Amino acid sequence: MGLTIVEKILARATDLAEVHAGDVLEPRVDLAMSHENAALVINQFHEVYQGTGRTPRPWDPSRIAVIFDHRVPAESPKTATNQKKVREFVAEHGIARFHDVRGDTGGICHQILPECGYVRPGQVVVGTDSHTTTHGALGAFAFGIGATEMASVWALGVAVNVEVPKTIKVVVTGRFPHYVGPKDLILHLIGRLTAQGANFRVLEFHGETIQRMPTSGRLVLCNMAVEAGATSGIVPADGETIRYLREESGIRGPIIAVAPDADAAYERVVTIDVSRLEPQIACPHTVDNVKPVGDVEGIRVHQVVVGSCTNGRLDDLAEAASLIRGKKVAAGTRMLVFPASGRVWSDALARGYIGDFMAAGAVVMNAGCGPCLGVHEGALGDGETALSTTNRNFKGRMGNPKSEVYLCSPAVAAASAVTGVLTDPRKGAR
Amino acid sequence: MSRVVLLLGDDVSTDLVYPGRFMATVLPSETPRHAFADHAAFNAKLVAGEVPPGSVVAAGGNFGCGSSREQAASCLKGYDLVIVARSFARIFLQNAINLGLKVVPCPGLEAKEGDDLAFEGGKVVNRTSGKSFTAEPMPKARQAILDAGGLIPYTRKKLMQMADRKDA
Repeated sequence: MGLTIVEKILARATDLAEVHAGDVLEPRVDLAMSHENAALVINQFHEVYQGTGRTPRPWDPSRIAVIFDHRVPAESPKTATNQKKVREFVAEHGIARFHDVRGDTGGICHQILPECGYVRPGQVVVGTDSHTTTHGALGAFAFGIGATEMASVWALGVAVNVEVPKTIKVVVTGRFPHYVGPKDLILHLIGRLTAQGANFRVLEFHGETIQRMPTSGRLVLCNMAVEAGATSGIVPADGETIRYLREESGIRGPIIAVAPDADAAYERVVTIDVSRLEPQIACPHTVDNVKPVGDVEGIRVHQVVVGSCTNGRLDDLAEAASLIRGKKVAAGTRMLVFPASGRVWSDALARGYIGDFMAAGAVVMNAGCGPCLGVHEGALGDGETALSTTNRNFKGRMGNPKSEVYLCSPAVAAASAVTGVLTDPRKGAR
Repeated sequence: MSRVVLLLGDDVSTDLVYPGRFMATVLPSETPRHAFADHAAFNAKLVAGEVPPGSVVAAGGNFGCGSSREQAASCLKGYDLVIVARSFARIFLQNAINLGLKVVPCPGLEAKEGDDLAFEGGKVVNRTSGKSFTAEPMPKARQAILDAGGLIPYTRKKLMQMADRKDA
């Protein structure tokens, strides 16, 4: 029996000829990413060394990345002090892949890693963030871990006791209808699998639709794989991956794509034809409560949010801007736009999208995670409803358990901002 | 004997266990005060010291889904709660094991608030209803971390072994 892509990556990371689902391994880590929670990682890292008589030193500072994004600029003295502590640690240990609070090189970790070329096909990537699954879009095995586990990685350079996950193959065919795209596909898939349907599994994406999809869309799919419980999502690297890494990430030198064997052992195969897919909406309070837009049209929306590690990239902003250009955000509705990185922000500015949003009455924020998880700006009032391109709608997710969050694509979000109610972007479209 | 002090359904997210707005608080000594902050009545009981150590939070499937925030495990560990759920989300389960929070996956679990549970050799016995349910054994790899007393001592030991090899 052949190997899945993750089995191949883990075999390489352990110098084994082959590994299979269920094996327990200690793979070498190629990239270890943290955000503000590096403050806790540092604390745990120092604990590891206590009583050993050894000086705490990360195994390889060049393989550590720290990106401030969850609460930037700091919303409280506590955060500012945590960030200061991390800044000092990063300087002390020569961690060069550090992205501070900046308008040029700053941004959300799951956009910074791809756009800076920190992730390559075939790598093992761990991050103290559940959406680390995002980086599977570049053909890496990328998964979220806790802060103590990261401290262990910093000390040892390996992830201890990793059980090789089983893989579900997802085959996607057909062309997306107008105003339907990767976000609708992944919401539909999560609805089918349920929030725990892929627990301890990898989602490996295949099919003509995926082959045609730009990396920005693949990042959306892998980002939200975790919402079906998946350890990771992954797209086998191909010509598009190499194009992205050369042109957008500026990588030179060899890029080695890892492909699954044709006879790889999958737990099961899920097929989806997107040619008749409608815009999909995840309704409160679980991401798998997914309905076609027609079922929830007309619901009053108090706040529209466009951005995040899921849908804050340039093509997302382009689509939202195209639907709002020359129009106004409805009275009684607030629209917040937060691009995924400084680079995306400045590209969106150069292309006029930022101006489109502002002229329409949207508030364009700095790149960061803030509103998505209710930590920093964009809180909802009691009884209010948000429509958001982010990735979670759990009760209280946006900071108020007495509010509701619906998840959607940038097109649905922008069309709804204009009307003030949940709106199908295909209606009224040319 | 452990009493069920809170009964929850499926897909309990780490946002419910430890809301994002408290994530700037990171130290295990400080996180417990925000445990189940949006479940105000239960949080108040915890903070007031009215929940004895060893008390049980019982839940359905996929407990701890969502964010990787370790605070969701450390805040519960602070009260020495036991989490018995039909299944757990991966990152939460790993965080719990790493920090020594007692978690018991029990696929067939049936329990109500106020029931008394006992953990006996791979079984969860509901002393109130008289029924017993098979608990899933921990995979060997995870048991090794539990046996070491958590991931920090486990890593410390490995680190010293690696250093010894280098020195040799």
